[in-house]
Amino acid sequence: MVRITGGRVYDPANGVEGVVKDICIDSAGRVVADVNGGDVRTIDATGMLVFPGGVDVHTHVAGGALNFARGLVPENQRVARKFVHTPELRAGIGGLTPTTFATGYLYAGMGWTTVNEAAVPILSAKHTHEEMHDIPIVDKSTLLLMANNELLLDLLEVGEFERAKSLVGWMLWASKTFGIKAVNPGGVAAWKWGKNANQLHQPIEGYSKVTAAQIVMDLARIVDELGLPHPMHIHQNNLGVPGNVGSTIETMNMLQGRRAHLAHLQFHAYGGQDWSTMRSGAKEVADAFMAHKNLTCDVGAILFGDAVTITADGPWQHFLHELTGRKWGNLDVENETGCGIVPYVYSDHKLVNAIQWAVGLELLLLIDDPWRVYLTTDHPNGGGFWRYPEIMRLLMDVEFRKSEVKKLPAEALNRISLPEIDRQYSISEMVIVTSAGPARALGLKQKGHLGAGADGDVTIYSAKPDSDGVMFTHPRYVLKGGKVVVEEGQIRALTEGRVFLVHPEFDPAIEDFIRPIFQKLYTLSFENYPTEMTRLKHPELVPCLLQ
Amino acid sequence: MITLTLKQPVEGVPLEAESICPDVMVTLDNAGVRALPVYFGKRQCRIDDFFTVAGEKSDEIEVHGDLKKVRWIGRGMTRGRISIDGNAGMHLGAYMKGGAIEVSGAASDWVGGEMSGGSIRVAGNAGGQIGAAYRGSPRGMTDGTIMIGGSAGLEIGMRMKRGLIIIGGPVRDFAGLEMKGGTIVLRSGAELRTGAWMQRGTIISLKPIPLLPSFLYSSSYAPTFVGVLSKQLASLGVALPFDAQAGAYQRFLGDTAVVGKGEILVWNAHAAASA
Repeated sequence: MVRITGGRVYDPANGVEGVVKDICIDSAGRVVADVNGGDVRTIDATGMLVFPGGVDVHTHVAGGALNFARGLVPENQRVARKFVHTPELRAGIGGLTPTTFATGYLYAGMGWTTVNEAAVPILSAKHTHEEMHDIPIVDKSTLLLMANNELLLDLLEVGEFERAKSLVGWMLWASKTFGIKAVNPGGVAAWKWGKNANQLHQPIEGYSKVTAAQIVMDLARIVDELGLPHPMHIHQNNLGVPGNVGSTIETMNMLQGRRAHLAHLQFHAYGGQDWSTMRSGAKEVADAFMAHKNLTCDVGAILFGDAVTITADGPWQHFLHELTGRKWGNLDVENETGCGIVPYVYSDHKLVNAIQWAVGLELLLLIDDPWRVYLTTDHPNGGGFWRYPEIMRLLMDVEFRKSEVKKLPAEALNRISLPEIDRQYSISEMVIVTSAGPARALGLKQKGHLGAGADGDVTIYSAKPDSDGVMFTHPRYVLKGGKVVVEEGQIRALTEGRVFLVHPEFDPAIEDFIRPIFQKLYTLSFENYPTEMTRLKHPELVPCLLQ
Repeated sequence: MITLTLKQPVEGVPLEAESICPDVMVTLDNAGVRALPVYFGKRQCRIDDFFTVAGEKSDEIEVHGDLKKVRWIGRGMTRGRISIDGNAGMHLGAYMKGGAIEVSGAASDWVGGEMSGGSIRVAGNAGGQIGAAYRGSPRGMTDGTIMIGGSAGLEIGMRMKRGLIIIGGPVRDFAGLEMKGGTIVLRSGAELRTGAWMQRGTIISLKPIPLLPSFLYSSSYAPTFVGVLSKQLASLGVALPFDAQAGAYQRFLGDTAVVGKGEILVWNAHAAASA
């Protein structure tokens, strides 16, 4: 049991803003009104800020694609931070593709206690769960890649919506995942023919009827009808392409009020016609987004420096490889999806990168509803997650931001609106975009707040910035489920996080439909396909909205 | 001068001794040098567990003994001199930026890996990947000089960007693999696939070598720059023929399987001159 006293508590989900009050956590690791008895540890947080633990709504920390990336960039690992084996801690390597244990240490060390792995193919679900098992401390949820699944596309092609819905439900349960991710809908299926899906309303290569638009609309409807806690999580078509504002806004309109989470919106908010005329489209995208109350988004901001781009968007990655000449890895995941890896450097003297940097911040500043826009870097695509405090400083300190904007190439300044924006984030707003908002979007009711019944995930920061002006880099204390896991900059206790999953209702007869197709098309037997429940160490079922 | 003498041969796992480096030792007194960490496999030990140490506070280091299992000597050094009286182990002078290393015996693989300045001179044979890029890195050595008196192994100068590698003895396959610039001088030729995937840069061979079919013959001539290079090499005690009376260089352009802006120059002595 823990009592945190004297700190200024920021709990925007419960309307608490900077009030000095006690936070008590019971022996079950839940926030309660009060704790009594002998075994209560009191943490004096006088002069400190008390936040609910951070929630990352979109990151890539486990699974086949990430492991492939680890192998592809040994040069990054040589210069990455080393975690030395101690009696308490496991060895590991930090950097852009941290090893599993290091991932947990780094997230917890920054004050984040829940992460959402945003891309899992069913075929590598077992691998993903095994890796997540080895990511200590943080709680995890996962999203299943569905928008290029050939079994699903075949059903949509012939208009069998109900069966498609059962298929999605079955696959969610088979992979023990939490939500549905759509990556470049149809584009990765088309990539198997060497094509892409740039046009939302043209049939996908290899199909005669089904279009990207139809995949988006049907999947959003399936997610709603299955009652998944997290809405459809979509990486839209035309990622990274100058002038993609049009298809981004069209996708928003297309959803017609259905719930959806738009991932890494920064990569989808570019104006202009080509690389030479590229400009920020953040204003148009933010305006359209504000008008669609059914949507949430994370920004996927970029930071200057090294990155490794990892995505299921195979065609884009091949394009990026041709654009940069950097090495390229490509995976084909049977009938389900694809994957591409390209290491990348965001340079502050390159026009395109400067615009990308500005667009991420513009979206965070122009979307005037922190409950619907969340801070991410699409780790490791826009930069490592451990650099979030750098973005937080840019949002909270307008003078610092303006001095950074001045360093951009002069040519970039006419193409962005960032220099004219004076908004600064308040501490409360910062808590919303890093914790309360993403927890609400994920549908995790016990996360992102400090009200009674919430998980005892608490991050306590010094109220003063570090000597280098950065706040929030090194929390004074991090509590996970009521246990002090970080103290005085050291990992103190290793807890094993939970894995959230859903069990939606579906017609069990769907298995009879899948089995023969599967036996014919897949490389492993049907019985070996689903992830067994026993493979998950600390599973927690989250009820669907309709159950 | 700091003098290190190996007490007994290193046996079993290799000894990782990146602390044998002028930049590390220059400010330390004798006790400080003795206490520097070295890793014997996974165990952290002290330098004086393996070496007797004489002298202090110097960027001139002399090491005696057979160090063929001692790795990372001179890693990242920027100044001073290391003289090794004996053999050296893998990664000698890796990442070095300046200063000089001399080895009286042989060296192993990865001599001067990703170095960016300074010079390394090995009297005997060396292993592979000399001046090369470590696995995954886009570029190998970016400046500096590596001279090997004897033979060398595979992939020397792999992805090198600038700088000079001179090998006295015969060289194995893939010399100058994916080379991006710089110069390799092969005084005794090389085995197969020299210059494979080279983009730019120059490989000079004084002996005929087998060439990949993606290298195209362009001319036979006496390049002016070889005269200049020859003068530089003469100061290092290496002779490079350039006299048009004595012979000519056959120039091959490649590797045309990739960018193809590199060149391989093969010395062809005139019959009369060589007679």
